Amino acid sequence: MTSHDDHVHSSAAVRTRQLEERLIAAGLTSDDEIDEFLTRLYASASPVNGARMAARAWTDPRYRDLLLSDGNAAAGQAGFDGLSYQLRVVANTDQTHNVIVCTLCSCYPVSLLGPSPGWYKSFPYRSRTVREPRAVLAEFGVTLPDTVQISVWDSTSEARYMVLPARPVGTEALDAEQLTALVTRNGLIGTALV
Amino acid sequence: MSRYAAGSRVRVRAGDPDHHTRVPRYVRGHVGEIVAALDRWPVPDDSARGLPPRVETCYAVRFSAADLWGSGDHTVTVDLWESYLDQP
Repeated sequence: MTSHDDHVHSSAAVRTRQLEERLIAAGLTSDDEIDEFLTRLYASASPVNGARMAARAWTDPRYRDLLLSDGNAAAGQAGFDGLSYQLRVVANTDQTHNVIVCTLCSCYPVSLLGPSPGWYKSFPYRSRTVREPRAVLAEFGVTLPDTVQISVWDSTSEARYMVLPARPVGTEALDAEQLTALVTRNGLIGTALV
Repeated sequence: MSRYAAGSRVRVRAGDPDHHTRVPRYVRGHVGEIVAALDRWPVPDDSARGLPPRVETCYAVRFSAADLWGSGDHTVTVDLWESYLDQP
């Protein structure tokens, strides 16, 4: 991590704390309430959750259809009931590569992908992904043929997006657990292939 | 009842409101295509001002990079509430 990143992260932490203090002073919340919310949010939030759903979609065509048409129902079937957002899942194919961004802030399905990485919240990622996604993806090591269309999803509403990566070739013999282990958080954002 | 069907073309309102909005500046005034109606949610512009919010259908709307930026072969899909949109 560079010193520039350190600076960005610490100033974000300072700003967040100042905002918390203003809200607490206004009687709108308390430190205990914030701690309880964050503990609850992060206790079960992990990219393994999204990975398990993706791996299941690779082996079960009916589950794949459900995942792509009604993400919340598919999450419920995988044991993740009561998501606080509408889940929209977009599938990578031979023709299309999807990538998720939130240009207005840093929206992202935390419960299924785990805490968002620092770069996802950074100004360069947020501004460049909508403008030059091919160059951004290349910096993540994802070089796509010109024949693959890039589809960028800007999370500006109450919906949260997740990418269903394409199943790697040569994985026919793997079981669900082994397939799940292939799916990374970045794969579910679209900044990595799996 | 949703006003726009998938495949319809819509133009994003070009105005620059003096309050919170969820319309990213880079799509204002541009024409896109409805990909899907999502759900009905309170309009953030109202909620942020403490007004009783209108509750409207929000749509995933797809734009071509060439149209937004003058170059690029990708698409960008943005979620936009109904009152952010007009007929093209």
